Amino acid sequence: MEKGRDIFIQGYRHGIPIGLGYFAVAFSLGIAARDYGFSAAQGFISSLFTYASAGQYMGFALYATNTTLAELILLTFIINARYILMGFALNQRMPEGTPLRTRLLVGSCITDEIFGITIARPGVPTPYYTFGALIAAVPLWALGTACGISMGNILPARIVSALSVALFGMFIAVIIPPARKDKAVLGAVMISFACSYAAVKLPVVSNLSQGNRTILLTVVISAVFAMLFPRKTEEAEGGAVDAD
Amino acid sequence: MQINVYLYIFVMAFATWLMRVAASLIMKKPIQNRFFQSFLYYVPYVTLAVMTFPAIVEATQSPLAGAAALIVCIAAAWFGQGLFTVAILGCVTVLVLELFL
Repeated sequence: MEKGRDIFIQGYRHGIPIGLGYFAVAFSLGIAARDYGFSAAQGFISSLFTYASAGQYMGFALYATNTTLAELILLTFIINARYILMGFALNQRMPEGTPLRTRLLVGSCITDEIFGITIARPGVPTPYYTFGALIAAVPLWALGTACGISMGNILPARIVSALSVALFGMFIAVIIPPARKDKAVLGAVMISFACSYAAVKLPVVSNLSQGNRTILLTVVISAVFAMLFPRKTEEAEGGAVDAD
Repeated sequence: MQINVYLYIFVMAFATWLMRVAASLIMKKPIQNRFFQSFLYYVPYVTLAVMTFPAIVEATQSPLAGAAALIVCIAAAWFGQGLFTVAILGCVTVLVLELFL
């Protein structure tokens, strides 16, 4: 009996409920992607290879504004910066001398949820487990996106309006539990809400594209909080674990 | 001129992948710089918060329904509901409220 195969099957099993949730949320991503001019095939391909909710949403939105590739890359880096932190958390758990290949394979599977189940699993993170989960979940993410794009327009406006909230609900579910545990995160979230609202209204900042506003606010607010409320090393790792 | 959509998708996927493997590529031992760690710690929460509000209020047909969904989602997440329960509660809130609004 190949042990790697058993771990792969375990990962696959754990990835199925994640994938079902992905399908529902990807449907709402697809509705947004259709508004920004993406076909079902294009949405399917981008979801299959990108599998990043917030990053893809922003990527689709930026495309509609005739952005440059440089702006897309910069924004993708900023918006997915949490994956770096998750990557650090997973690599911290791998012993010295772990082959680069293994580290790369585990890192390639990072999503908020797959990171969550991988870091929660006892022992050293292994690509067998993460790929099992990835192969179960990501095709459903891609399928959901394609369905949202192709069927979003045959659904009544009321249903579309309701589904469009799913993505934001998922964002809220990621940020609120750590905010409850950590007053500094709660403060950062409230300041972010306030600044984001103000940025839409204020004369100079509101002229920036949505993507640039997000970059500007993220860098400034995070840097200010990092200076005012620096983390201890252990806390920074704990925060990453909470981000699932 | 609009960028070729498939090139755009490739760049988006590749840039996202780089973020996933960045730590794997550079990490030999834990990073000690406290400011860098702290900055990265806040980034996900700030980004997602900025993207959520006021966008959630503008996404729905009735802004009032979007605002209600925001409050319901925050409350549900605060009291320990999972990712997909929170998302679905938000959808149901909008669905029900827009029957009346």
